[in-house]
Amino acid sequence: MADNKFAAYICAGCGIGDTLDIAALEKIAQKECKMAAVKSHPFLCNQEGVQIIKNDIANEGVTHLCIAACSRRAKTEAFAFADACVSRANLREGVLWVVAAGAEHDEVRQEMAEDYLRMGCAEVKKMKQPAGNPDKAINRTILVVGGGMTGMTAAIEAAEAGYAVLIVEKSAALGGFARQLWKRVPFAAPYAEAQPTGADELAARVSGHARIKLHLNSTLAETAGAPGRFQVKIAQESGSVTEVVVGAIIQATGFSAYDINKLPQLGGGQANVVDQAGLESLARNAALAGGVIKRADGKEVNRVVFVQCAGQRDASGQHLSYCSGHCCATSIKQATYFKDANPLVDTVVIYQDLRVPGMGEDFYRSAQDKGVVFTKGTVSKVSGGGSCSVTFKDLILDEEATLVADLVVLATGQVPNAGTDMELWNQVSTDADNGDEAAKTRQQELRAASVLKLAYRQGPDMPQFKHGFADSHFICFPYETRRTGIYAAGPTRRPMDLDQAMTDATGAALKAIQAVENAAAGRAAHPRVGDLSYPIVRLEGCTQCKRCTVECPFGAIDEDERRFPQFNEQRCRRCGTCMGACPVRVISFENYSCDTVGMQIKAVNIPDEFEEKPRILILACENDAYPALDMAGLQRLTYSAYVRAIPIRCLGSVNTVWITDALSSGYDGVMMMGCKKGDDYQCHFVKGSEMAYYRLSKIEDTMKQMSLEPERVQSHEIAITDNARVARLIDDYVAQIKEIGLSPMKGFG
Amino acid sequence: MTAALEAAECGQQVLLIDKAPTLGGRTAQLYRYFPKMCHPSCGLEINLKRLKGNPKLRVMAMTELVAVTGRRGDYRVTLKVRPRYVNENCTACGKCAEAVSSEIPDPFNYGLSKVKAAYLPHLMAYPQRYVIDASIANTAEGEKAKAACPVGAVDLGMQEETLELTVGAIVWATGWRPYDANKIQPYGYDRYQNVITSVEFERLADPRGPTGGQLLRPSDGKPAKNIAFIQCAGSRDENYLRHCSRICCMATLKQTQYVREAGGDGRSTVYYIDIRAIDRFEDFYQMVQADATVSFVKSKVARIALNEVNGNPILHGVDTEGYHRYATEHDLVVLAVGMEPEITGLLGNGLAAAIVLDSSNFIEGCAGASADAGMFAAGAAASPLDVNRSVQSATAASLKAIQVVHKTVSTEVA
Repeated sequence: MADNKFAAYICAGCGIGDTLDIAALEKIAQKECKMAAVKSHPFLCNQEGVQIIKNDIANEGVTHLCIAACSRRAKTEAFAFADACVSRANLREGVLWVVAAGAEHDEVRQEMAEDYLRMGCAEVKKMKQPAGNPDKAINRTILVVGGGMTGMTAAIEAAEAGYAVLIVEKSAALGGFARQLWKRVPFAAPYAEAQPTGADELAARVSGHARIKLHLNSTLAETAGAPGRFQVKIAQESGSVTEVVVGAIIQATGFSAYDINKLPQLGGGQANVVDQAGLESLARNAALAGGVIKRADGKEVNRVVFVQCAGQRDASGQHLSYCSGHCCATSIKQATYFKDANPLVDTVVIYQDLRVPGMGEDFYRSAQDKGVVFTKGTVSKVSGGGSCSVTFKDLILDEEATLVADLVVLATGQVPNAGTDMELWNQVSTDADNGDEAAKTRQQELRAASVLKLAYRQGPDMPQFKHGFADSHFICFPYETRRTGIYAAGPTRRPMDLDQAMTDATGAALKAIQAVENAAAGRAAHPRVGDLSYPIVRLEGCTQCKRCTVECPFGAIDEDERRFPQFNEQRCRRCGTCMGACPVRVISFENYSCDTVGMQIKAVNIPDEFEEKPRILILACENDAYPALDMAGLQRLTYSAYVRAIPIRCLGSVNTVWITDALSSGYDGVMMMGCKKGDDYQCHFVKGSEMAYYRLSKIEDTMKQMSLEPERVQSHEIAITDNARVARLIDDYVAQIKEIGLSPMKGFG
Repeated sequence: MTAALEAAECGQQVLLIDKAPTLGGRTAQLYRYFPKMCHPSCGLEINLKRLKGNPKLRVMAMTELVAVTGRRGDYRVTLKVRPRYVNENCTACGKCAEAVSSEIPDPFNYGLSKVKAAYLPHLMAYPQRYVIDASIANTAEGEKAKAACPVGAVDLGMQEETLELTVGAIVWATGWRPYDANKIQPYGYDRYQNVITSVEFERLADPRGPTGGQLLRPSDGKPAKNIAFIQCAGSRDENYLRHCSRICCMATLKQTQYVREAGGDGRSTVYYIDIRAIDRFEDFYQMVQADATVSFVKSKVARIALNEVNGNPILHGVDTEGYHRYATEHDLVVLAVGMEPEITGLLGNGLAAAIVLDSSNFIEGCAGASADAGMFAAGAAASPLDVNRSVQSATAASLKAIQVVHKTVSTEVA
């Protein structure tokens, strides 16, 4: 600490100097905050201003600096100094642009600016320059689980970028589901004819690639560790186990066709009623025999009916409620198998909505040109046998109709091979932890059924998203999984066709490459990419309460044999949820801790109650709520000068001590601003808002003891577009606080 | 942005150029996404944060690629940089906008509102720097902006610049543009004020948009209560766009929820051919089907006429479920316009020979043998894709580009 030198730089530009008393700010930085150097500049972000700071770092030994200027979201690059800790006091978007104009507001405006300066100085004093994770995780091999088209594509794409790859494939050969296909739908112009799948060629390339190693007839027996240092046991069918170390994992375990036997009403299980895979098998047999597609009994097919959405888009709750996306184009392709061989074969596709987006439209046209008939209808009954019949409601003619056919193809859906249902796992595990013996057995079964067999505290597979797919929750970030360094690709992630699966595999390969590079450099992965800070825990103070291990949204924390939390930094996304959870506050980051925020809260000057100036603390999510506040400023919307806002990594990182400290030191209210929670949650750290609500319920007792009204702490879901709303919420809350009266705790803090 | 960020986060040097004065593209102009109804600007904030913190990535706005020579691993590119008339000193304080009085149609709001001719493209614009519109650069108005700037950021003498660079690989992420609705003559977009496009409707719904988030119809500013959405406006039609634009069904289903959330007695009617809500989007479709404020008519609307008295568009067509003719009046019509690949710059600069286009002008890839490919298309330039799939496509394209650089470097080392 002896080498630390603290400095404050105050910008007078953008009107700050015209409206605020810069000399008074300088004095506070010097006298109160005891900053060793304090400088102001009329235009701090220009070359000259930035150079002053650079010189002070290089020549004057400044290690910690508070920049009192614009928001941390503005001029970010200009004020980034690699060798110093930097805090930003937001005088422009946070004060100048949001406090109403006019001399009558001069006093409160200046007070707000002075507090932000105090807070910035207090924060930087508690910050340390993150040194990066010393626990080197440098393995760069990429493990691909599954050797179908998705897995093979991921493997070859990673290998072509220079990375070593291991493929673990359950069966005896590469190729997966694509190997069962006769042809695939076209991916390129003119989108008119079915194409060879290319599975054999790709399998040959993968098998012969110098950087790809295959483990056939193999599954995972255990996956432990973290990105850059996963320790994986690969079990051969024969029983032998190979132990390997890999850097990242791509789960490309594909899908299973929905069981046609679950659809007896649609003829499932009866002769000459097949699913799409069954038709492909007939087509391949026909090609091998050199003839046209025949039924299993050898009879010619003169009319074939395709029933779309068989057991899909089902509202009854019995079958799949979703749409598998590819099946319309697949049926079109299969109809052309017949038409191309013999235009006289009747091919009828009965559909509800024909779903061939993009260039699939051209393929649809091509089939129409070949004479494939498309009928909008809902099929109620199919009977199989020597002569099949299909009963349906023709939605165009608005009448019931029956078609007799030689063969019926049911377009059933894709069921993801995503391993153990993690919600079920969580229920069973809770029961098992409570000593339920049956649950313990069930837990073992679930582990055995898992794909990844993760030796993680939070369970053996990736948490699934809707309908059991191992998908990301985020539209902007399809690869944002909840298990760092493990990426799902292909139909195990989302229902998809071959073309999309191969693109998806390529994207997942890139993310895996990033994961190993980030792990090797000790950096965080998305969304705090590049962050070198990581959770540091003082185990001697730990009470083994397990909240951090349970609440970590990414399953990063295990327990060691002494029941202490074991942080796997490479799995950590740096949200700080563990820090918020810890009742004894032993978890911190070098640049974000209970102290960096706590000292900001304490730094605010609380006027005594006779001044009638409330102070309200805002803890705002840095990704959505804080930008919304900023942009309220950019739009010159005004809000009360009684609030003091602190950006936080996530509401999940809010430790209740901040709130109780704020209340006991005389703040009149606390507003927590986080992202939307619930099924469509928007928190990129999964459950920040949820955790905050939960923890808030726990401090109600403390508030009662302090004789404080429950209204003194509020929580809001704020979207990044809520600029106007956030300003209104603040003003409404200030009015509400005035009504309740100022805090009785003032002067005791 | 995704292609650039993903490559930079793998350790590559990346130059990201955008023709517009800001990053963010059309996604920044969307109010919310389907199916979570979350806000695209949330992801934009994350991406901008990633970008600001990554020294490997350099951004050049108002820049176009005008020529490419060379080969995979060693392309010589010529870039043209249009003058912004504002340099990096700009702090986005807004004094220039206060000083000028000229206004231009706001490109961010598709011209539905006006903005000062010295403007910040939008609240999350990056670079966070104003633009002086070329129309006032050499006028007294431009001088006013210059005089008002306290930090000497307005530079009216800026000229168009050309520069040449060497790069290993190129990703075309030039995106899309809404199909020109004027071309669909029977719908009268050019004649009837109360016929608007889906992208315009998106701006109306945005609280930061021209109406503050109120769904007001253009002719008289009254709240729209009975809104028709016409699907496949331009798409799936060989007279206009032969492809299906993929996003429009879900975009409309999403927009019906804006109508519902606006409260009151707002109702939506969706005229469609097929509702293409694939994979788990089906959940959203089922939710909207159960919504009493939304009804569906399976019909391609034949034409729109005008009720001269109240300005209401009247939709004519046949409901194909049962073949009933209709002539239905609505107070606002939203055309779910198709996606066209934005490749005008490519074609205009004579780059067509370098790439292969499909029948709808989406970029399939590089001309020549695939082994020589060092240029890749990503997102809506490659195919009509939604944001999620564009990001997926961009991430894949990014790896393809990295492979080129990797192989070039390994060959040189060998």
